Amino acid sequence: MKCNCYIPSGCSVSGIMSESGRRQDGNAIIESISLMHDRSNGLGGGFAAYGIYPRYSDLYAFHMMFDNIAAKERCEEYLKDMFDIVRDEEMPTRPGGVYEGVTAGKSEEEGVCPITDPPILWRYFMDVPEARTRFVSDREYVVGQVMEINSEVEGAFVASSGKNMGAFKGVGYPEDIGVFYKLDEYKAYIWTAHGRFPTNTPGWWGGAHPFCLLDWSIVHNGEISSYGINKRYLEPFGYKLELRTDTEVVAYLFDLLVRRHNLPIELAAKVLASPFWEDIDRMPDRERRIATALRQVYGGALLNGPFSIILGHSRGMVGFNDRIKLRPMTCARKDDMLYLSSEESAIREIAPDLDEVWSPRAGTPVIGELDGEVI
Amino acid sequence: MVMRIDCKGLYYRKQNKIIRDAAEEGETEFILDNANGQRYIGNGIEKNIKITVNGVPGNDLAMFMNGPTIIVNANAQDGVANTMNAGEVIVHGSAGDVIGYGMRGGKLYVRGNIGYRAGIHAKEYKKQIPIIIAGGVAGDFCGEYMAGGVLVLLGLNRGEGVPIAGNYLGTGMHGGVIYIRGEVDEYTLGKEVSVLPLDKKDLKVLTKHLKEYCEHFGLDLDEIMAEPFIKLQPLSNRPYGCLYAY
Repeated sequence: MKCNCYIPSGCSVSGIMSESGRRQDGNAIIESISLMHDRSNGLGGGFAAYGIYPRYSDLYAFHMMFDNIAAKERCEEYLKDMFDIVRDEEMPTRPGGVYEGVTAGKSEEEGVCPITDPPILWRYFMDVPEARTRFVSDREYVVGQVMEINSEVEGAFVASSGKNMGAFKGVGYPEDIGVFYKLDEYKAYIWTAHGRFPTNTPGWWGGAHPFCLLDWSIVHNGEISSYGINKRYLEPFGYKLELRTDTEVVAYLFDLLVRRHNLPIELAAKVLASPFWEDIDRMPDRERRIATALRQVYGGALLNGPFSIILGHSRGMVGFNDRIKLRPMTCARKDDMLYLSSEESAIREIAPDLDEVWSPRAGTPVIGELDGEVI
Repeated sequence: MVMRIDCKGLYYRKQNKIIRDAAEEGETEFILDNANGQRYIGNGIEKNIKITVNGVPGNDLAMFMNGPTIIVNANAQDGVANTMNAGEVIVHGSAGDVIGYGMRGGKLYVRGNIGYRAGIHAKEYKKQIPIIIAGGVAGDFCGEYMAGGVLVLLGLNRGEGVPIAGNYLGTGMHGGVIYIRGEVDEYTLGKEVSVLPLDKKDLKVLTKHLKEYCEHFGLDLDEIMAEPFIKLQPLSNRPYGCLYAY
């Protein structure tokens, strides 16, 4: 690849959701993120997809990365002890995958960056043995296992661990990663995507976005300056933060706030991007008391620094910015579709005619929710 | 002569080279069809050419531009008129964040809303005064660190209860002027600005620019001038004491 001395970068995010639960293949999300090619630098790209495993929708789908065959064997021993493995198989891939679609986002002169040197990529569809969940919920149990594997099983990494969803990520440009993982062969009602330009942490396969835990997935443009505080806050709850990146705190915070503490998504977003104290002072009494309580109780969960984030989960998709909007986000709707992206053009690329286009206010979540069941 | 360029699938560098080369050869008018996401349109061009963009242009439209007129028949993204020196940008939709960043001259007219940090660090020198006019509303930090220039918010077609500008309006502002058609809450103001009534000179300046603005978008000047404006100006030219210390 030719080395560019000048890189107009900045990470990219894009998300597509059908609120009526219609599933579509991965071509559109690849096309969208490829228009923002120049926002990433080839050191990370990835996708989260929901609704992709209808035949195994009751099972936890673990997308795994292994450094070598020994790591895979070690990890499988562990998985066999802890889960009932219903099915396991190699992730279908196109080694050397390269996106060949027409896009204005990339210079032809740049050449291609085929996806090479992947770790061993394997997926497991697993059930939680009943005997294991006498004292904890099965989701709590799965979280514990994910933490254990990521921190204790050398050379093994859980890319995603939810039901009927999965993360597809690696080192490369996102559109090439999409081709590598054959996303054209999957159908999902939510797709999120990320093009990475790593600034503070290394570009490695596990470090690409999305970061996932259970059915939570996070793609993120920006940096979490409060990482140290958030990490310290999360660790006593049993989360292990060992992925050498700031973004994982966001996935774990949503898991803690929404799954374990039962906060509605709106309030969880208000915890992570809370109103300023002087804005709280002006709120009506009831709202002021809620906002004050959230800041007091969850001070350690407040995210500082610039960010534009898309959260995916099995019932919806949420986009939100930091409190003073230091990273871009544009939203749009067309019929039952919700689009979120770093740039409006990346939405227009796949949906030229939109019913509504807007930029959300800082710290205000834009929420897409499934109306009914997945079609 | 008009040069039409089909921008479908055209990388920005190639597209902008076509424009620059043709302008060098004497071409004066360009129409970009199917534009979508191409950055830096009009970037650094010093000729009096006209570029019509049919589609959403990419970031940093008209950056360092010094002369051309750009008409956008869609929304524009972030960073429009970044450090622009002269010329005109007319956006028929809305524009994104940090528009007019460090703008030093020329005009930026937006029919719809503008995002966060509009006019940040805009500056002026003698007769070289940048003008930014938005027909809709602005996000937070409008006119942040403004050192010069004229920024106008009209607040047209806004929904019930939608403020014309966000919080931290004019924070760190130490030059230039902001005219707002309507009222703003005291708490939204940065510590460095004060609200003043318009005097005759203000009205003259405002009317002159709005007349031009209305012509571009087919709006009625009298109707716009019928509502009262307020003026925001900096209290001092050295306001930096407690930046971001909220």
